[in-house]
Amino acid sequence: MSPVQINPVEPFLRVDRMPHIWCPGCGIGTTVNCFARALLDSKVDLKNLVIVSGIGCTGRVAGYVNLDSFHTTHGRAIPFATGLKLANPKLNVVVYSGDGDLSAIGGNHLIHAARRNIDIKVICVNNLIYAMTGGQTAPTTPGNVITSTHPYGTFDPNFNLPHLVEAAGAVYVARWTTFHVRQLARSMAEVFKKPGFCFIEIMSPCPTLYQRRNRMGDGLDTMKFYKEHSKIKNSAPTNEVGLTKAGEIIVGKFVDRERPDYLAMAHDQFAASLGDRYIDECAAGCGCGEDA
Amino acid sequence: MQADPRGVLTGTHFIDGDHACCEGCLAAGARFAAGYPITPSTEVVERFAMRIPTVGGSFIQMEDELAASIAIQGAVWAGAKAFTVTSGPGFSLMMEHIGYAAMTETPCVFVNVQRGGPSTGLPTLPGQADMMQARWGSHGDYGIIAVCPNSPQECFDLTIKAFNLSEQYRVPVMVMMDECVGHMTEKVVIPAADKIQVTPRRHTKAAPGAYLPYQCNGDGSLVPDMAHAGEGYRFHITGLTHDERGYPNMTVKVQDSLIRRLRAKIDSGKNLVEYDGNGLDDAEVVVVSYGITSRVAQRAIEMARAQGLKVGKLRLIVAWPFPEAVIAKLAERVKAFVVPELNLGQMVGEVQRAAGKAVKTIHVPHAGGGVHTPQQILQAIVEASQ
Amino acid sequence: MAKGTVSIQVERCKACGFCVEFCPTKVLALSSAFNAKGYHPPQMVTPEKCSGCDLCGMYCPDFAIFGYRLAGAGKEEDSNAS
Repeated sequence: MSPVQINPVEPFLRVDRMPHIWCPGCGIGTTVNCFARALLDSKVDLKNLVIVSGIGCTGRVAGYVNLDSFHTTHGRAIPFATGLKLANPKLNVVVYSGDGDLSAIGGNHLIHAARRNIDIKVICVNNLIYAMTGGQTAPTTPGNVITSTHPYGTFDPNFNLPHLVEAAGAVYVARWTTFHVRQLARSMAEVFKKPGFCFIEIMSPCPTLYQRRNRMGDGLDTMKFYKEHSKIKNSAPTNEVGLTKAGEIIVGKFVDRERPDYLAMAHDQFAASLGDRYIDECAAGCGCGEDA
Repeated sequence: MQADPRGVLTGTHFIDGDHACCEGCLAAGARFAAGYPITPSTEVVERFAMRIPTVGGSFIQMEDELAASIAIQGAVWAGAKAFTVTSGPGFSLMMEHIGYAAMTETPCVFVNVQRGGPSTGLPTLPGQADMMQARWGSHGDYGIIAVCPNSPQECFDLTIKAFNLSEQYRVPVMVMMDECVGHMTEKVVIPAADKIQVTPRRHTKAAPGAYLPYQCNGDGSLVPDMAHAGEGYRFHITGLTHDERGYPNMTVKVQDSLIRRLRAKIDSGKNLVEYDGNGLDDAEVVVVSYGITSRVAQRAIEMARAQGLKVGKLRLIVAWPFPEAVIAKLAERVKAFVVPELNLGQMVGEVQRAAGKAVKTIHVPHAGGGVHTPQQILQAIVEASQ
Repeated sequence: MAKGTVSIQVERCKACGFCVEFCPTKVLALSSAFNAKGYHPPQMVTPEKCSGCDLCGMYCPDFAIFGYRLAGAGKEEDSNAS
């Protein structure tokens, strides 16, 4: 007989906090699974890996992974992550948050971090809704669906996140769904090797609020919906990948380009302007004077 | 421990309060700042932007104060000392993150070069109307520390003190300057690095696996030890009510013990009362003031003493926590307190509360945009002496 | 002998059905048993068809199941190195 196997994901979880709070059929746990496998496959140094999340159902990811993790304020995971990264560039900083957190209250920070090409990896779980607070409309919610703040149906246009972040300057933009577990894990592993602002959008079911209010079935029905309606179009122009209530879901790796990241540009600028006077040291390395 | 000489601009300088504050940050060991332009504070970070590439560290101008006030906390958890700088409208925007720093016990410094308010108010003119906001501005129960420089020299010295207190108490510390002190140019002496004491980060001595982020180590300070990201501790930090493990634990019991400790660690702080007192022993009237107003008050006190009045000076250096016990003790024997402020009544309420009903507290408000005249304060002193 | 098998942590399962649906060889079905929370966890109904591909493990949102290759059974791959 085989020896007793442990789930390869287990070391990545705070098992003392299991079971997690996510609903049956919610896809967030699936994304965390893929993330754990991406970490295993890419052999990322876990000591330097830091997770920063915002507020919301996806924001709870930080509390369940067995890594240095920060559950910050609503919409502000990205600037917190920016501070971490600039102060200690050796850190591998991942922002793991939801569509409302990242594109509504956090929208300004999203576009500026992309513009600056800060070397952080943003995993945006998009369930098209504000789930934690009871199912309010998000900037990503498509038209003509029922939410708690649009009880007669949404009517304002929704963001096309890949298009937004590409326009803002992201060097890596991909979208998958929780059905595309292998491709998702592969994308996640890929971004660890890519310096610069990387953005992975993951469509995920919210069976309790988004799907239920719109009679779209449960989590499994949504996964089947993703399977039926997704089309992999790598390098698709991002202006063509907008989402509607029941239409095609274009997935794939849309953008993978080269731009110097923020720290590289800062270094070059200071070196050119200051020459020998430039002290290229990180903030964390030289300020604190811990007596440890 | 001694300051890192790379950040210490030893020498005698003729600079304004904003610039002196920046030098204080550098001398204290700050190597990260994030900011957003706002008059009359911007010079602090402009100078930092110029200085830091030759010292070692980073400055980033963020897209708004919301971003700046939390970027600094990311830098702190990465291992740096960090600060941000703002004025009234930006201070309001930063309130949520001041609360986050208080809740997560993140040592950092917020400099507010106060201007006339409310709202856009008087961007280039002084005010002192954010004093209560410094104490109570974020939602929920928590404690903070605030210092009030009244000269460019103090902008240097008290900024170092602010960093030291923030590390000691693991709390955000406010440096409550005002536009006058910030834009006033005076002599500032910066000593040699080995004459400047800086408080190091309270880093845990426990090994990974044996470390709980919010467990006090039993030294009586009520302040837990810290770890940094990237050291292998694999800790979790959240703004949710949390237990010693750092995990969310949203129960009445945990809320009670956590929040009481956040208050108690400041309220019981041993080195937190600091004021500049003069002539208090035989005073009949005590003038309580801070910041630029204390400079005008000084003149008024001298004029009053020249008239034979027994007037004491109590200039707040640490404004929060408020020195209640000192005021209460004085209230046992003085006739009155006079409290001039560049606002319509903020710290005066604290004086009244501590002094009690038996003693008069005479308020000398000024809505801001300028400073009192010595005569205005003198008049109140004379009235108080009767 | 099957190439692989699965390990199920019954108490974590919320019976979402992902593993049942997406197993490429339809090894699993929700059982009639209950866990403590009242969910029907999956069970292997055709264990001989399990290849140990771990797709069930990748899909599971609750970390309640994973698949692994059995040693000495057919082609050995280290897809589940712990």
